[in-house]
Amino acid sequence: MTPQAKRRAFLVAALLVAGSALAVISAGGIGDNLVYYWTPSQVHENADKAVGATIRLGGVVQEGSVDWRPDSQSLTFTVGDGAHDTEHTLVVHAKSAPPQMFREGIGVVVEGTLTADGSFRADKVMVKHSNEYRAPTDGGDVKDLYATVEEL
Amino acid sequence: MLGRSAVLVALAACAVGAVAGIYGGARRSAEAERWARAMAWTFFFAITVAIGLMEYALLTHDFSVSYVAKVGSRASPTWVTIVSLWSSLEGSILLWAFVQGLYTAGLAWFTRRRFPDHSSYALGFTMAVGVFFCFLVAGIANPFTPMDPVPADGPGPNPLLQNHILMVIHPPSLYLGYVGMSVPFAMGVAALLRGSIPPGWSRALRTAALVPFGFLTAGIILGGWWSYEVLGWGGYWAWDPVENASFLPWLTVTAFLHSAMLMERKEQLKGWTLTLLMASFLLTILGTFMTRSGVFNSVHSFTQTPIGPVFLGFLALCLVFSVILLAARVDVLSAPEEGLSGPASRDTWFLAQNLAFTAFTFTVLLGTTWPLVNEALTGEKISVGEPYFDRWGVPLGLLIVFLMGVGPALPWGRATPQAIVRRFVVPAVAGLVTVAGAWAAGLHQPWPVATFGVSAFALVVTLQELVAPGLARWRSRGGNPVVAVLTGMVRARRRTGGYIVHLGVIIVAVAVAASSGWRNQKEFTLVEGQSLEHGGYTLTYLGAETVQKSNRTEEQARFHVARGDRSLGELHPAMNHYGRMPNPIPTPAVRSVPAEDLYLSLVSVDPAAGTVSVQVIIEPLIWWIWVGGGVMALGTIIAVWPSRRRLSAVAGRPATGRAAEPSTNPVPTSTEAAR
Repeated sequence: MTPQAKRRAFLVAALLVAGSALAVISAGGIGDNLVYYWTPSQVHENADKAVGATIRLGGVVQEGSVDWRPDSQSLTFTVGDGAHDTEHTLVVHAKSAPPQMFREGIGVVVEGTLTADGSFRADKVMVKHSNEYRAPTDGGDVKDLYATVEEL
Repeated sequence: MLGRSAVLVALAACAVGAVAGIYGGARRSAEAERWARAMAWTFFFAITVAIGLMEYALLTHDFSVSYVAKVGSRASPTWVTIVSLWSSLEGSILLWAFVQGLYTAGLAWFTRRRFPDHSSYALGFTMAVGVFFCFLVAGIANPFTPMDPVPADGPGPNPLLQNHILMVIHPPSLYLGYVGMSVPFAMGVAALLRGSIPPGWSRALRTAALVPFGFLTAGIILGGWWSYEVLGWGGYWAWDPVENASFLPWLTVTAFLHSAMLMERKEQLKGWTLTLLMASFLLTILGTFMTRSGVFNSVHSFTQTPIGPVFLGFLALCLVFSVILLAARVDVLSAPEEGLSGPASRDTWFLAQNLAFTAFTFTVLLGTTWPLVNEALTGEKISVGEPYFDRWGVPLGLLIVFLMGVGPALPWGRATPQAIVRRFVVPAVAGLVTVAGAWAAGLHQPWPVATFGVSAFALVVTLQELVAPGLARWRSRGGNPVVAVLTGMVRARRRTGGYIVHLGVIIVAVAVAASSGWRNQKEFTLVEGQSLEHGGYTLTYLGAETVQKSNRTEEQARFHVARGDRSLGELHPAMNHYGRMPNPIPTPAVRSVPAEDLYLSLVSVDPAAGTVSVQVIIEPLIWWIWVGGGVMALGTIIAVWPSRRRLSAVAGRPATGRAAEPSTNPVPTSTEAAR
């Protein structure tokens, strides 16, 4: 090997090592920072993974479940997979006021995590928010809901 | 329809021009090149007519045109009507094709008397990219489809897009950046096919890449500003896939601009430099695909369209073409390369800069595309959270600022240890003093404080380098030092521009660190007449007021702002209701001063009950991000601005004239003296 070729081989090797190290490290980092798009029933199914993970919970606010206390700035409500789904529900606690269009029976996307006591702690509450010119429907398909709320 | 005909003429001109240009390049036919040039101008004029007709249709509310029926509205103010050209897919692609025409004409003009070896190929490949976009405008995304029956009025563009005046410049700026990358790409292809990069072409290549770099920079910063002023979460960057899409080519083109200096000066790293160039172009196409396909969840999801697969096909085609071309031709270019000049030379640190940028590109690309890969493999819908990007982006960003200090302080070639010590003492002390000062002042967040220190270090180096040529001049010739420094800066325009861009980056880095490190956010619910205190401000809720505008109804919450006893006036964050749109758009109100922003964003307002819920956010120094972006754009303009001296120097340059770089170090600087 000429010194030239040697140096080049060394450079290539160094690049490969650096590159693969980076790949391994960052792929690992990705695993810890995933955001899951789950419905209440999926959260129940994945209860072991859900505690502490970032979840975008999509569901419908249940009738009669909203409790908003302005003095302590705390909001509690229950979401289900559908409008009248008593089976798969989750209690959500948020330290924020209900957004403008928030009401019972509306679709929401809530970002936060499952706590050890089985309730959901929300950092962000977003109302299903359609950019189409149509009246908001009650409930509706959860998949639609993600598509329409993401623009927030 | 007239508009459609103009588009078809443009498409035909592009196709003929592409064939003529490539043929002219391959056969070295001057006749074919003349054809390519004529077609370049025809393309430009035809697409200008097309876009002119579309704007005319928008302004006259001609709802028989499909695109006008889609985004037009008689209620929109004039500026909204004008910018609705790029508020939806078809118009955006038309604007895209127009910008392509503009660049093609620019390239034809720029090469009219120069670079006979390369210009035919370059024109040909630029128009080949143009064919694709004209094809979209003529076919899948035709904005000129006739409407039957003709509607009486339209819905107007997406409310989020009419909510702020920045919509006027953010998208066109990004398009100019994206589309502009096709020119250096075509020029790089020309160099590979011709098998040579003469110094003049290498210079022209760098200038051609600086133009899209400048527009991308401006577009990205403006996008962040728009997000900040409109979306109401008080942030400007969320590592959203579409944001990342614009950031990726910015990273690679920035790396290219630096390694191109090595290519120009020392004939090193040619293959690598051209790879970066190709990657930048491919990433702009990937970015378009990500923006337009709707496969990503994004703030830009209003752009979802079925056009994705077409872009993916085009991307694949360009990728295969680039890889094959590079693999087959890169050997032809390699001159006998000298090795790098060792760890204490600028060359080596340029390479380090390149690696840092490549690593950054890689991590962002990985995080952005991971959800797609994951969904394809497991069917599970996920996204990659901001912590991943911050975890890598923050240290890499800091490393880049640090390298911005080290590289310029070192000379090209080898340096003696004494010279190194001399060059680094002042900047290093400045950095350490800044860290110590910030810590003593009670700022105890490690990453932001480290950013301040590294920024101070890089700032001193940058300023030293800015004034160095002028100072050397003054030392040797005397006279007024200020005049000498300014003369030195004006003469070394490209170098000066580069360092001004560095200054802009430093400003942005400090502002990002300060505004995210000491962001102070709290949510309050108030009744009329009640006050809140946050971050030294006293805000009193005065009540809600409904304001009717031509295209929207604003429900404003009026807050009186005071700091101590001093009244600072009122802020009116609002909920904007648009015509048939069911949901209101919260619109923040911001009080900006250089020291900090006070940002109010409504969560909800209920005039009947007299209550309001509001996010109050205080972000120090955030205003400087926009300033830094402006400085970066200014630096780019200075670097690109043609100087008469350079033009004549290029025209009359001997074949081996690379040593005669006129814009850098006209007289020996302290850097060179230190060798």
